[in-house]
Amino acid sequence: MSVDWLIPAILTIVTAATPLVFAAVGETVVEKAGVLNLGVEGMMIMGAIAAFATAVSTGSGFLAVIAGAGAGLLLALIFGVLTVYFQSNQVATGLALTIFGLGLSALIGHSYVGKTFEGLAKLDIPGLSDIPVIGPLIFGHDGLVYFSVISVIIVAWFLNRTRAGLLVRAVGENHDAAHSIGYSVTLVRMGAILFGGAMAGVGGAYLSVAYTPLWVENMTAGRGWIALALVVFASWKPWRGFLGAYLFGGITIIQLYAQGMGVEVSAQFLSMLPYLATILVLVVISRDSAKARVNAPACLGKNFHVSV
Amino acid sequence: MLLRLEQRPEVSKSMVYASPLIAVVLTILTAMVMFALLGVDPVKAIATFFIEPISTLDGLAELCVKATPLILIGVGLALGFQANVWNIGAEGQLIIGALAGGGLALAFYDHSSIFLVPAMLVSGVIGGMAWAAIPAWLKTRYNTNEILTSLMLTYVGLLVLSYLVHGPWKDPEGQNFPESRLFHESALLPILIDETRLNVGWLLALLVVVAGWLLISRHIIGFQIKVIGMAPMAARFAGFKEKRLIWLTLLISGGCAGLAGVIELSGAIGQIVPSISPGYGFTAIIVAFLGRLHPVGVFFAGLLMALTYLGGDSAQITMNMPNAVIGVFQGMLLFFLLASDVLIRYRVRIGPHKVQAEVAE
Repeated sequence: MSVDWLIPAILTIVTAATPLVFAAVGETVVEKAGVLNLGVEGMMIMGAIAAFATAVSTGSGFLAVIAGAGAGLLLALIFGVLTVYFQSNQVATGLALTIFGLGLSALIGHSYVGKTFEGLAKLDIPGLSDIPVIGPLIFGHDGLVYFSVISVIIVAWFLNRTRAGLLVRAVGENHDAAHSIGYSVTLVRMGAILFGGAMAGVGGAYLSVAYTPLWVENMTAGRGWIALALVVFASWKPWRGFLGAYLFGGITIIQLYAQGMGVEVSAQFLSMLPYLATILVLVVISRDSAKARVNAPACLGKNFHVSV
Repeated sequence: MLLRLEQRPEVSKSMVYASPLIAVVLTILTAMVMFALLGVDPVKAIATFFIEPISTLDGLAELCVKATPLILIGVGLALGFQANVWNIGAEGQLIIGALAGGGLALAFYDHSSIFLVPAMLVSGVIGGMAWAAIPAWLKTRYNTNEILTSLMLTYVGLLVLSYLVHGPWKDPEGQNFPESRLFHESALLPILIDETRLNVGWLLALLVVVAGWLLISRHIIGFQIKVIGMAPMAARFAGFKEKRLIWLTLLISGGCAGLAGVIELSGAIGQIVPSISPGYGFTAIIVAFLGRLHPVGVFFAGLLMALTYLGGDSAQITMNMPNAVIGVFQGMLLFFLLASDVLIRYRVRIGPHKVQAEVAE
């Protein structure tokens, strides 16, 4: 009995979890500011196509990721202008963002079907990366994996330890109070929305330049929605979101390895697992309605307008 | 900032109706600019998109065929949205409804009976309802967000469909294509106009529009739905049973989606294929908003959105434009609609606040 399969399995979990980490951590900040952006799926897929198009035409993984972040940010800008300045319904606007993003990405991606990109370079530190077991697990990922961990650390620190983070939370808990002591609810929310968009874009970029370096229509396959569920699962805490993402990565791996281990189940049923797990997780986390209310930002989903 | 929004004393009735028109005009203008940038003659593109498809009787019939599922689902969703119940998994409910109806057609493949089609329709409604009952149960029992659960179930529904057409329901004589057998004559909806695909489903959609209108404007349940959406506290005070309304709106919207699925299957397609719907369940969300969450409005919005599907097809054929342009149009339309909806509750004022002056008056 060997454990040869263990290291590749863990590496697969990491790659499956990383896009979710980006999207979920970004959305955590957005929701902490009291905004529910259901357009994560749309921003991710736009990030994916923008990154892939850039990767194919420039060959640079770095530029690709920047382009992904930019595309997510631009889509988030539409959402922000509509909900913050035009007072539009956040649920409806988020849905519109997803529909728009899926359509536009397919339109742009039309000419990129079948193109290939060699994928992001893996970290390779002579000596360290060659250590058995620990080497590939700790020193053998692509840059974005490390960046995802760093972003969780920064966001957790920002929200809990900085004055600006406190302001974001204050705007999400009680926008009227934050406004009345002189803070700009509008600016804080726009900032949070744009950050969330850029992060979702990077998550999408990870899918198209690292996870499976090619372009397929609708390739996000609901990961944006799973990220939204993860935010609820994590009770709006960045570290728990990170944990949740890895849990989902683990579920993805069952899918890939079950058939290899000779389990006689149709591929379709295995593919259902992440979605069913999402539902299960939501049920477990929201069944205690009092607790769910305490954790959720009090102004989540409510628009703010200065009434003179 | 020079432009600012000022809350109107009450909502503007005229803007409620003007806003969708503004949105449509803005979408068309933006589309023309987009086409011009892509190097396509904008006038010709708009004509290909919106006029060419309905310039023949066949085209008009096809418009109704495409509008049928959109109107059916849109009416159901509009009821739920009014009560703040966000069923966005209509696509999944459509698929499960279609499978419930289509399964019956396959099970009674060798039988011809006049009861088969009605049984399929009922089965489709029940299938859609059953799929929507899951988020309803989870929401009322476990307080789970219906947006996420209904959407997750859409992905599950798509995979169920994929499993069935690749596995047990695959046509045994179909050279391994992932498709079911062609339905028997008696499992197909009667055609209304010869040589077209316009079928009885269209009449059912009209019926649902009328029923939805009666429910929302003439029935106590419609009143409760509106109150719970606009003033949840007041609804609780009045003793309206919130959970019952959640169940009701989800079951109605699920049933409508299921019906749309089975009509699409036995009216327009005639067999079970891997992609039953080009996203009707999602487009119906736009239809519901564009139709002002009112059944009659949904009817017109459904026709308009059906036209974008036809336009997308004709643009693909004559101008070699990818089909995905439809989604861009639809999303853009919803953006413009949501933006112009601000005018319902707010006025745009130019210049700084003039609080004192208003008080003095």
